[in-house]
Amino acid sequence: MMALREAFASFRRAPLLSALGVITIAFSLFAFGLFGLVAVNIRDALQSIENRVEIRAFIADGTPVEASSAAMGDIQAFPEVLSVTYVSQDDALIRARKELGEFSDVFEPGVLPASLDIKLKPGNRDPATVMAVANRVKSYDFVDDVRYGEDWVAKLYRLRTIATLVGTGLGLAFAAVAVIIIGATIRIMVMARAKEIAIMRLVGATNGFIRMPFVLEGFIQGVMGGLLALGLTWATSTAISHSFMRTAFFDPTLATLGVVGGALIGLFGSTFAVGRQLRRL
Amino acid sequence: MSLVRFLNVAKEYQRGGVALTHASFQLHKGEFAFLTGPSGSGKSTILKLIYMEERPTAGDVWVSGVSTRDASKKEVSMIRRHLGIVFQDFRLLEDRTAEANIAFALEVTGTPADMIRPRVARVLTQVGLASKGTAYPRELSGGEQQRIAIARALVNDPYVLIADEPTGNLDERATRGVFQLLRDINTAGTAVIMATHNLELIRRTDYRTIELNHGRVVFDSAETPPAERPVPTVAPVDHDGNPI
Repeated sequence: MMALREAFASFRRAPLLSALGVITIAFSLFAFGLFGLVAVNIRDALQSIENRVEIRAFIADGTPVEASSAAMGDIQAFPEVLSVTYVSQDDALIRARKELGEFSDVFEPGVLPASLDIKLKPGNRDPATVMAVANRVKSYDFVDDVRYGEDWVAKLYRLRTIATLVGTGLGLAFAAVAVIIIGATIRIMVMARAKEIAIMRLVGATNGFIRMPFVLEGFIQGVMGGLLALGLTWATSTAISHSFMRTAFFDPTLATLGVVGGALIGLFGSTFAVGRQLRRL
Repeated sequence: MSLVRFLNVAKEYQRGGVALTHASFQLHKGEFAFLTGPSGSGKSTILKLIYMEERPTAGDVWVSGVSTRDASKKEVSMIRRHLGIVFQDFRLLEDRTAEANIAFALEVTGTPADMIRPRVARVLTQVGLASKGTAYPRELSGGEQQRIAIARALVNDPYVLIADEPTGNLDERATRGVFQLLRDINTAGTAVIMATHNLELIRRTDYRTIELNHGRVVFDSAETPPAERPVPTVAPVDHDGNPI
């Protein structure tokens, strides 16, 4: 109880230093938040592209409808497959006219082959799974050819891997910077209260007791910094959405995780700093 | 019963050289002892070894029966709760009142809140400053500040009061008052060990005197027959330094 009172009292005793601590934490978390915002939007864009990954199996001319229907049932039963749609020659032409300009004046039926369009379940759209399903589909006698955009599926996944790695790396770097800043702020606060700490020790306060208010202070700074950073990120996201392009913001779970992350960074930074500084005093 | 026991204690600093060597003595319950000697003779080192700010390089120091050589941090904290420590520079927190400075020693050792106020009031009365509880250190004289520091040291009912040059920053009148307060505390049963340069104070009483020089105990009146010890030459005074 006294630790909590002391933690708040130190905000009152040194408001400037405390505000500086919260602001520096907020700005490092804000930089982290901006990067997180970019990462969330990239992830959403990649997700929408990934949703379009599908295998198209072209059916040979003259294949009996019964054969392709039976195959559709088989393929639908594959564990990786979400849906199988039969696209007749006529439907293929209609779609081509809609999507590709050069087919706009083609009206002759039978120009394009019929196909089975196979969509995969989420989590089964990686290059290896797509290729495995495509090879299985290709083994049917009536299937002439299978297309699934091998190149761009591979590129998409490479991009996702790079984005994840860069995101994790930069995220860790920003988190480390925040920890260092919080640590430095807490160290200054410990130094500013060196006399008080010396007296606490002389009258028999334990190290755990001495440490607790500083650790709580770091935690509170982390939470306040996290909330301020969240507000700044939201304001930036809203401004970008109004002025340039629609951007997605963190969902409530991610936003909460961000603040919790700030609190943990504050807790970790202050625990580390106060431990080191107390050994020096 | 010996509250403090030094046995062949040496203390050597990596950069400062030898501060203490072959120091052996005991401080008993209810005893008053002066530590005296020139600057750098090892007086403060002995006090630091008692309150475990330093650990001996050789030999051993026991405080309340616990060897300080191997005492854990937790044990050190627990032992310090039974020691009262007073310094020349008072070491009061300037942003807190006299009461708050005294209460601080109880708060940080986990004393229940309802017990703090009566104990603070009791020690303020004991040091003769019952009316100055709400004053800040800057509003008090040097002698009053030292008495608040003594009150803080007393509030946990220590076995031993350790005073490192407690009158070093005080004028003569305040010195007499603070010294009388220490004598009263000793009379009430608390052992006192006081480092001082002030030979006048030592001559005034027949308290035990341990003299140090170059880190060695060169004289201990406890080992001198009582007939050969100095006798008091100055009459006792009250807390304000006035003769009684």
